[in-house]
Amino acid sequence: MKNKFNLFIIITFLCFCFAILYKGLNNSNIYSPKFNNLKNIPIFKAKDFNSNLFVDSKKIFEEDKFYIVNIWASWCVPCREEHSLLMELSKNKSVKLIGLNYRDNLDNAKKFINEFGNPYAQNLIDNEGSLSIEFGAYGVPETFVINKEKKIVKKFIGPINEEAAEEIKLIIK
Amino acid sequence: MKILKIFIILFLTLSFSQSKSDDKNDEIKSKILKNIRCLICQGQSVYDSESEFALSIKLIVDKKINVGLNEEQIYEFLREKYGDWIIYDPKLNKNTYILWLLPLLLFLFGGAIIYKNLIIKKIKFKDKK
Repeated sequence: MKNKFNLFIIITFLCFCFAILYKGLNNSNIYSPKFNNLKNIPIFKAKDFNSNLFVDSKKIFEEDKFYIVNIWASWCVPCREEHSLLMELSKNKSVKLIGLNYRDNLDNAKKFINEFGNPYAQNLIDNEGSLSIEFGAYGVPETFVINKEKKIVKKFIGPINEEAAEEIKLIIK
Repeated sequence: MKILKIFIILFLTLSFSQSKSDDKNDEIKSKILKNIRCLICQGQSVYDSESEFALSIKLIVDKKINVGLNEEQIYEFLREKYGDWIIYDPKLNKNTYILWLLPLLLFLFGGAIIYKNLIIKKIKFKDKK
């Protein structure tokens, strides 16, 4: 009786381990931060990409519009993939695109913009990457959709694709 | 001459206290960085990593310390941005209580088994005697 009970315990334990490991096999090993909806946008001061003057975040987000904050860099290959979609989104008049140039060389960044076009109504320099951290980003590219109440309603980790662009269009409709 | 002496003493005292506070800040900084998980690395702390993400976090922690934020306030700032996962030493809450209580339960369970076996052995040994 005791042996049977021990066998039962061992088999249950093995099944439990198997279930956990099997479930783990299907999970991605790349961690993406849990995104809680409706986060406030950070308050900051940053250098403008073109004028090199400091601008206040309140001034950047003062219009009664949707905003898209896109973190990009000239050295980031996936940023090139999503650029055409950003160009398309920038044509939408109900949204304003803000670029955050992440840990980049300014000359290279300017070449990038000249080559692929400028979708951003305002571009900011984030040389240290601290501004991106304030937004809760962990890499490039990353895109945040901000509603008229100045809350972050959606975050896209990695380059945006057609599907994500459609989702953004639905949000800003 | 007396004034010069006073100046030298003052200068030495100030520079000594300055370096002492810098050392203290460095100590706190490395303690915090060792407790922050690098989210884009595999099994590395921010302290050990040289990734872009880790470099940015190092800078921001440095800034927050200089502004006067303490260890817990910095953790809270990072938790708010990235969730509990970013801290190696998680807080006890409804999502983490199993994590905290499981080792204790296992310890008690293991202890009970060992205790039971020892008692049984002792009784058997006494009976044999």
